[in-house]
Amino acid sequence: MSADFAVCYPLKRGRAHEACGPGATYFAATCCNFSDKPAFWISPSWQQGGLNPEGLAAYCDPTRLLLARAASQIDILAVAEEALRSGAVGLVVAEIYEPLSLTHGRRLQLAAEAGRTTGLILTPDGMGSNAAETRWCCMPLSGDRDSTLHRWDLIKNKSGTLENWVTRWDATARRVIVVSKAGERPRAASATG
Amino acid sequence: MSLWFPRLASDRALRLRPVEAAFALTAKQSNTDRLHCLDARAERAGLARGMTLSDARALQPDLITRPADAPGDARFLRALARWAGRYCPWVGLEGADGLVLDVTGSTHLFGGETGLIADMRMRLSRAGMETRIGLADSRGAAWALAHFGEGIAAPGQPLQALGDLPVAALRIDPKLVIGLERLGLRSIADLHATPRAPLARRFGNGVLLRLDQALGAQPEPVTPLADPPHYGVRLTLPDPIGLLEDVQAGAARLLAQLCSKLRHHDQGARVLLLTLRRVDQASQQVELRLARPMNDPQAILPLFDRGLAGIEAGFGIDQLRLAAIQVEDLPPAQIQSAVRQDENDGLAALITRIGTRIGLENVQRFLPADSHIPERSFIIAAAAFSDPAPSWPLLRPRPLRLFPPEPVAGTGRTPPARFRWRRMTLRVERQAGPERLTPEWWLEDESWRSGLRDYWRVETAQGRRLWMFHTPQHPGWYVQGEFA
Repeated sequence: MSADFAVCYPLKRGRAHEACGPGATYFAATCCNFSDKPAFWISPSWQQGGLNPEGLAAYCDPTRLLLARAASQIDILAVAEEALRSGAVGLVVAEIYEPLSLTHGRRLQLAAEAGRTTGLILTPDGMGSNAAETRWCCMPLSGDRDSTLHRWDLIKNKSGTLENWVTRWDATARRVIVVSKAGERPRAASATG
Repeated sequence: MSLWFPRLASDRALRLRPVEAAFALTAKQSNTDRLHCLDARAERAGLARGMTLSDARALQPDLITRPADAPGDARFLRALARWAGRYCPWVGLEGADGLVLDVTGSTHLFGGETGLIADMRMRLSRAGMETRIGLADSRGAAWALAHFGEGIAAPGQPLQALGDLPVAALRIDPKLVIGLERLGLRSIADLHATPRAPLARRFGNGVLLRLDQALGAQPEPVTPLADPPHYGVRLTLPDPIGLLEDVQAGAARLLAQLCSKLRHHDQGARVLLLTLRRVDQASQQVELRLARPMNDPQAILPLFDRGLAGIEAGFGIDQLRLAAIQVEDLPPAQIQSAVRQDENDGLAALITRIGTRIGLENVQRFLPADSHIPERSFIIAAAAFSDPAPSWPLLRPRPLRLFPPEPVAGTGRTPPARFRWRRMTLRVERQAGPERLTPEWWLEDESWRSGLRDYWRVETAQGRRLWMFHTPQHPGWYVQGEFA
C-alpha cells in the first residue's frame, strides 16, 4: 500500500493535478517542499480567508512563496499557465472558484509539460476538469491523540488505480507519513498510538 | 552673479506649511538638538544658529520648531538652479545655500543688470524666499557682495565696491580672518594695500589667491550643473510598417540603443514606454513595468510581446519612440553561479510578464512583522519591490488560513461543546488553550475594540480544527482560523 503512495504522492512533475475538500490547503502546503525552486500561489483577489504564513511555516518555507492575486478566474488561469510554462518556479498552486472546462484543464496540462513544472489546482468540490493527472480529495480527520491526521482520497488517477490513505504530519522530519491501515497495523504501534 | 539664500531651509519649510510665530528648524548634532535655520522673527527675538534648542526655548517659549531635512534642501536648491536657467544657461551651485550664475551676455534680455536683479528679486520674494544678490565682474566679488553688502560692482573697479567689506568676505578660513584682524587688517582695502610677500609667508598662498580671485586678477570659472541624462530614443521610418515582426524589429533596434546608454550610466530601466505613432497621427502606447531594474536588451524584448500583440496598426506605423520613464541605479554586480543567475533572471522575467497582465503590485510575497496580533504578524509586500526575508521564525502553532472573525453561539470561558459554524454542526472533541493576546494599545484597530482575546485550538469530531477565541470583556465566541 505504501509503495503505491510513494508512486503517487510527491506529485508527478510536469503534470497538472487537482485537490479539493477542506484539507486542500494543507495538501498544497506539503507539496511546496518537493522542489528547491520557489512556489507560486495564485488566489482570487477578493478572497477573504487568506493564507497565514505563520501557519504555513510549519509545513514549508513561506519566504520561498510568491503570491499572485488575480481578479477573475480567467486571470487566475492565465497567470497559472504563464508560471507553469516559464519553468522558473517549482510548483504552481492555483485556487479557482468556478468549474474548470476541459479546454482550460488541457491548456494547463500542456503548459506544465512545457515548463517541467508541477501544477496543483485547488478546486471547489466537483469543479475539476477531466484533464487532470490526479485528483485528491482531502479531509481532516479527528484522531485520538494525533491532531495532524488527514484522509487523502485519490479520486482520479490517469496512470493507476484509485486508493485512499490516512496520513499524518511528522513535524521533526517535516514530511507526510502514511498511517498503516487497521488490519495491517502491528500490535506495538497500536499500543503506543 | 551670486545668489545667497540665507534662510533656504526655513523658507522652504514655511512655504510648505506657514506658521504665525517664531519658527526654527532643528538638527541633531553630537546628540544635541541645535537650531539649524531660523526665520526673521526668531532672529529678532535674539536666537541664533547653532544655539541649543533648550536655550532657544528659554528665550522664546512660543518658538515653533520642526526637524531639518538636509537632502530635501539640497533637492530644493537644485530646483532653484533649474529655475535660474531662465536668466542664463550657466548656473552652478555655491555651497549648500547659494547659486552662482554667469550672466555675461544675457542681462540685456531683462533690461540690464538692474532690471535683471529687480525681476529676480520680485519672483523670489513672491515665492517666499529671502535672497541676497551680488553682481560683479568675478565670482569672488559677487559672493562677497551677496554675503556682505549686496549690490552691483561697477565693471572694472572691483576694489571700489569691495574695499570697505571685511576680510571674511574673501571666503577664507575663519581662523585666518581672526589672524588678519589681529594684525589690524580689517577690510579688503587694508589687505590689498599690504605687501604681498610677508602676507604669503605668514598666512600661506590661500589668502592671496582668494584676494586675486575677488579682484579679478585670477580667473575662477563657474561650473554649471550637468543635465541629467535623457533616456529616450526614437526611430522614424520612411514607409509605414504594420507587421508585428517589423514592429518587434524596430523595438529591438531602439532597445539596443537605449540599453547601451543605460549601461553607460550604470542605470537600469524600471518602467519603459514605447510610443507608436501611426500615419494618421494617432499614437498608441505600450507601457512595460519591470520587476527589477534591467538593462539587457535580449531580456527585455520578449517582455514587450504581450503589449505589442494588442497594438492596432491601422494604416501603418511610421514612428517608434522608446523612453525609460523610471530608472534605478544598477551597478555591475559580481557574477553569480550560472544556475543561480538563471533562476533569478527567470523569476524576475516571470514576475514582469505576470505583472503586465494583473498589475505588478498584485504579485506579492510574505514578510515577517513584529507583532503578536495574528493579522499583523506578517505583511504582504509587492515581490518586485522587496527582497525575500532570510528566514521565518516559527513560534507557536498558528492556523493555515486566517479569516475575519466569524461569530458563533456560545457562552462561558471554555469553548462551547457544540456549535454551528458555516452551516455545519460541530462537536468539540478536544481543545487546547487559552492563549491570551492583548490588543496593541498604540495602534488603533477597529476589530480589536472588544478587548482581550483568549485563543483556543479546537478539534472537532467532524475533523475540522479551528482557531477560536473568546472575548472576556465583551463576552462572545468567534472563529478566526482553520488549522491543517
